Amino acid sequence: MSALIRASGLGKKYGRTWALRDCTLAVPEGHVVGLVGPNGAGKTTLLGLAVGLLAPTLGTIEVLGERPAAGPAQLARVGFVAQDTPVYTRMSVADHLRLGAWLNPGWDDELARRRIGQLGLDPKQRAGSLSGGQRAQLALTLALAKRPELLILDEPLASLDPLARREFLQGLMETVAEHGTSVVLSSHLVADLERICDYLVVLVASRVRVAGEVSALLASHRRLSGPRRDLRTLPAGQEVITESHTDKQTVLLVRTGEPVHDPAWTVTPVSLEDLVLAYMSRTNETLARTPPLGVAS
Amino acid sequence: MIEFQLDETSGVATYLQLVQQVHQALRMGMLEPGDQLPTAQQVVAKLAINPNTVHKAYRELEREGLVRARPGRGTFVTRSPSGTDPAQQARFLAAMTDWLRSARAAGLGPDDIEAIYRTAFRDCFAEGVA
Amino acid sequence: MIRLTVRQFRTQAWVAIAALAAIAITFAVTRPSLTRMYSASGIAACQASNDCGRLAAGFIQQVRADSAYPILYAVGVVVVFLVPAIIGMFWGAPLITRELEDGTYRLAWTQSVTRTRWLAVKLGLLGLTAMAITGLFSLIITWWDSPLDQAAGLGSPILSNRITPLLFGGHGIVPIGYAAFAFALGAAAGALIGRTVPAIAVTIVIFVAVQLVMPNVVRPYLIPPAHTTVAVSPGDAHWVSAGNGLLITGSAVIPGAWVVSTSGHTYIGPAIRILRTCYNGPTSTPACGSAFASLHAQLLVTYQPASRFWALQWYETGIFLAAALALAGFCFWWIARRRLG
Repeated sequence: MSALIRASGLGKKYGRTWALRDCTLAVPEGHVVGLVGPNGAGKTTLLGLAVGLLAPTLGTIEVLGERPAAGPAQLARVGFVAQDTPVYTRMSVADHLRLGAWLNPGWDDELARRRIGQLGLDPKQRAGSLSGGQRAQLALTLALAKRPELLILDEPLASLDPLARREFLQGLMETVAEHGTSVVLSSHLVADLERICDYLVVLVASRVRVAGEVSALLASHRRLSGPRRDLRTLPAGQEVITESHTDKQTVLLVRTGEPVHDPAWTVTPVSLEDLVLAYMSRTNETLARTPPLGVAS
Repeated sequence: MIEFQLDETSGVATYLQLVQQVHQALRMGMLEPGDQLPTAQQVVAKLAINPNTVHKAYRELEREGLVRARPGRGTFVTRSPSGTDPAQQARFLAAMTDWLRSARAAGLGPDDIEAIYRTAFRDCFAEGVA
Repeated sequence: MIRLTVRQFRTQAWVAIAALAAIAITFAVTRPSLTRMYSASGIAACQASNDCGRLAAGFIQQVRADSAYPILYAVGVVVVFLVPAIIGMFWGAPLITRELEDGTYRLAWTQSVTRTRWLAVKLGLLGLTAMAITGLFSLIITWWDSPLDQAAGLGSPILSNRITPLLFGGHGIVPIGYAAFAFALGAAAGALIGRTVPAIAVTIVIFVAVQLVMPNVVRPYLIPPAHTTVAVSPGDAHWVSAGNGLLITGSAVIPGAWVVSTSGHTYIGPAIRILRTCYNGPTSTPACGSAFASLHAQLLVTYQPASRFWALQWYETGIFLAAALALAGFCFWWIARRRLG
């Protein structure tokens, strides 16, 4: 299966700061991919590199097997909705649809008009006077109607109220179901992504902390709680992600390939949110003790 | 056509919730052999979940022998879970509804009713354990 | 992409068309009586240069006496100078900066059109439109001015010749070159700076600087200037001390030409001692007059004759078009580098 996004040692530097470093990913096709991380972690940078708005400082990135923005054909395969959904404020909704038609040979005008009608947007209204949710829906319509193989969305839900959020996700998932489009969307909230994502990439402080299929990640991580314990007594196959100790008790979040047999532990599954938070909160100490993380698949 | 719900707080995997809701509908007679299940597109347009989850649920139901996917036409119910009779289920539902109404009229609150139910349930099924 | 450019550019286009229409109508309406004055003055039929000079001066005086015509003339000069600058500021500078500031580049450059093509259509279409509009402005004004230019060419001391710096840039085809240059300059400044207001400021500053440097430093030597010597007339002789003698300079008027510079000579001898006492110049006393006459003071005049007007226009337009292409090339290089945050 060819990869949606293949990055190898990808890095981007602004001045003296690395916005993204040592990013190596092989995201498989046919998934809804969640890119999660705190603000400033490098999500927008990674997505900007994926659509060709940015050029890498180090390393390479390929999207759908080609260099981003390599030419009109590659550009037509990827739809993008940037953070804050930029629109031309003085142009009307209908003008934006014309823009889509003029700039995209694969434009599906019927889909666009139907969607605008379903959303209840007035074609004559100027884009600048739309609400945040309506703008997001207009931007999504523009990206969908060009019939891309891959949709990349940068924090599309951030400024939407819960109803608008739900409607946005409904429309998005409907497109995925109907056309088999792959999606990569970023958020700093896991809850947004839990419903819809089946592949997860966690980005913290400009590095990828973990990446893999959600089902595999949930199956391979467990919470272990038991009497206070020295971590050096753990078997080799168990990698500690986070640990917390009181004088009597130890609670660990581990990543392991095999079931945990030790009767001293109470083993419970981990929710996706807890898993992400654990990786986000890994201190440099823990990182130094454990070997670098491979990609789970 | 059945309409699925999603309980995000239950801790049960989404696809399992869908499977369970189909089981429930079959038992209650809301789904009968020959009925069509909603398409993945219809389900996600309402629930905003990943279509693969719906496919996974339908595959599981197909594995259980309860539904069959007809390419290009949809997914259809083949039979009910064995040992259930929809009419019988409907009779017991009616009886339970009557009982609940009279319990309420007698002044019992939801917590009381639930306590009574749990006690009776435990006693009844504990008898069956060897 | 062409249709999108037209759609995005609608407002500026209408402003330009409205301004062009206003100028065209005003100047078309006022031209007939100017033509009448010109034919009445008899300049067209004159033969000898002496007569022509007088007739021309008379015609120009007549025009000056009118209440509206001097204003219209000045307006015409100013408009053709201003149009390239305005185009640079309001068409060129916002071209890229507006997309950067509003963030809409993230929408425009992720459709199915490469950013190079996006830029090519925008620069090409708008640049050509800028040149065409400026050309039309210049055409209207030059057409309206032609009787006056004819008269000035015959040596009127009141009105400058069109080849002189003040009027050169407002006549003929050179404004088209300025417009292309200012537009490309605005776009390049916008690309480098990224914000509209600073880009407009930088464009204006550089454009004005170039317009000051060009006539003084470059244009005189685009074609090697002609030289001639004329006698210094007593009426406008000036002198300063230079060593033992006097450096005598004056002014020269060559009909229709652009006098780039004049240089005098230093004279020594007995006449100098007399002249040093003539505080009001050679005409102060008869002794001063004859002392001056004995020197046969001469002036070396460096000038561009009137006949070179069109040659200079073509050369200068070529230079500005080449500069515009270089700046456009820079814009393409910049946009391909993708160094956007």
